[in-house]
Amino acid sequence: MSEQPLINVANVNLFYSDFQALKDINLSIAENEITAFIGPSGCGKTTLLKCFNRMTDLVEGCKVNGTITIDGQDVFDKSVDVNLLRKDVGMVFQKPNPFPMSIYDNIAFGPRTHGIRKRKDLDPIVTQSLQRAGIWNEVKNNLFKSALSVSGGQQQRICIARALAVEPKILLMDEPTSALDPISTGVIEELCQELKEQFTIVIVTHNMQQAARISDKTAFFLLGEMLEFGETQKVFSKPENEKCERYITGKFG
Amino acid sequence: MKSADTVTKKRRRITRYTLLKWAGYACAGLAIAALAGILLFVLIRGLPHLSFHFLFGKYSSANPSVSTALVGTLMLVFLALIIGGPIGIMAAVFLTEYAKKGKFVNIIRLAVETLAAIPSIVYGLFGMLVFGVLFGWGHSFMGAGLTLSIMILPVIIRSTEESLLAVPQSYREGAMALGAGRVRTIFRVVLPNAAGGIVSGLILAVGRIISESAALILTLGLVVRNMPTGFMSPGTSLALNVYFFGLVSPEAAAATSVVLVILVVGLNLLAMGLGRLLSKNKGSKKKRPARTIPMLKSGVEK
Ligand SMILES: Nc1ncnc2c1ncn2[C@@H]1O[C@H](COP(=O)(O)OP(=O)(O)O)[C@@H](O)[C@H]1O
Ligand SMILES: [Mg+2]
Repeated sequence: MSEQPLINVANVNLFYSDFQALKDINLSIAENEITAFIGPSGCGKTTLLKCFNRMTDLVEGCKVNGTITIDGQDVFDKSVDVNLLRKDVGMVFQKPNPFPMSIYDNIAFGPRTHGIRKRKDLDPIVTQSLQRAGIWNEVKNNLFKSALSVSGGQQQRICIARALAVEPKILLMDEPTSALDPISTGVIEELCQELKEQFTIVIVTHNMQQAARISDKTAFFLLGEMLEFGETQKVFSKPENEKCERYITGKFG
Repeated sequence: MKSADTVTKKRRRITRYTLLKWAGYACAGLAIAALAGILLFVLIRGLPHLSFHFLFGKYSSANPSVSTALVGTLMLVFLALIIGGPIGIMAAVFLTEYAKKGKFVNIIRLAVETLAAIPSIVYGLFGMLVFGVLFGWGHSFMGAGLTLSIMILPVIIRSTEESLLAVPQSYREGAMALGAGRVRTIFRVVLPNAAGGIVSGLILAVGRIISESAALILTLGLVVRNMPTGFMSPGTSLALNVYFFGLVSPEAAAATSVVLVILVVGLNLLAMGLGRLLSKNKGSKKKRPARTIPMLKSGVEK
């Protein structure tokens, strides 16, 4: 564990026009770990997540200072090709958002974007991605049906498979189970444990048990500040920050 | 005291409501009567005059036909769409997908709205002076088609913009999060999802082209007898023929109107049908809970 962290966030401040959404954030994330971001709504969890793949670029009037390095490369550097960055840093959104096309085309969208066009190259990628996302058996006979025709939990796993298909190093998940039923949630939690072997996962969640169950590290945010960061076990058993403790024990939030 | 007061108030409200209701019915009836009157009049006067020769036969003074106008109308639709369609769609893509909200976009929007408000005869004058005189084309399909392509821009831009805005932002985010650039996101995800709305906008534009006469008088000439020889030749259209026949043979004018009205009404229905088809698809795509049906369904299942 002495190697340098995969993601390093140093003194990051982020402004939406005049509103400061992130205040002096510092944290580092090691490879093949699951890090959970917790905290009440509006505290900046999604915002920080979107910095990692620069989805914040899409927001007008959004300014960031400080540095975020991934594999030693500053993601906000002008020389960074943002499309390649996003290939390395995949994202799964809060609401399942498969494209209104077939399941196959959904998974193949990313690889096609990055230049893989031939059917014989795409087929194994599609198969493998769906297998990794644990949904292959459910959809293997319906690959050419619309991705919108399956259940919400399946749609979310298709979105995970779609993100995996471009071979990212990091997977960002923004409350991936908040729109799903408990069974689908359980399936996705198990999936995270398996994916951890190959990917580094940052997951935002509102569900304390979920954070405790699946993550290695936990960061607690409040009003744009990160008040607590450490081993999940420790954060949940004896948090240093008093507000964090109250949040975890359900006294506010 | 109090209750009597509220009763009279209520009664007054009811009489006012009834009055309003009947006034509404009367106005709606009048509108329908006007529509039916125009359709009936045109059909009664025009239908007896319709014949195969009138539609497709060779034009002669003794035996007039609209074959030249049919071909002319098709040429105008072709030209105006092939020029105005891409420009309008691209302009809408620029406005919704690229331009930042601000002064510049507002100015363009204002310009587009203004374009829609200009009387069509002024377009005709512009087309005549620019394409006819300045370019030296005289009366030509090319000049008329270009004029029409400018005229239909507002319709196309507005309908395209609307359907682009209806594409969920989450699709764009999903594509870009996979490393797709703006262009790929637009062409592979956004435009295909807006296609239905864009096509119905184009159909409405075709309706505009077919109905237009004023702008054509000055740009296309009024050559009713000869088949057009190419895009640089002068010619006529169905709407222009109504004007021409109106001066010499009201029966022929009515018959031409029948063709015109059928075409335009048909196109409108087509556009409407497409719009409905599209929104239906969207409903099933998003799995939005319908307002009443789920209750019925669950009742049946149990
Ligand atoms: N696009 C935006 N423009 C302006 N303010 C925003 C935008 N997105 C988020 N915010 C604000 O930033 C804060 C953090 O939001 P967010 O990161 O979405 O919180 P969380 O994911 O923790 O609920 C909130 O106060 C929110 O209102
Ligand atoms: Mg959020």
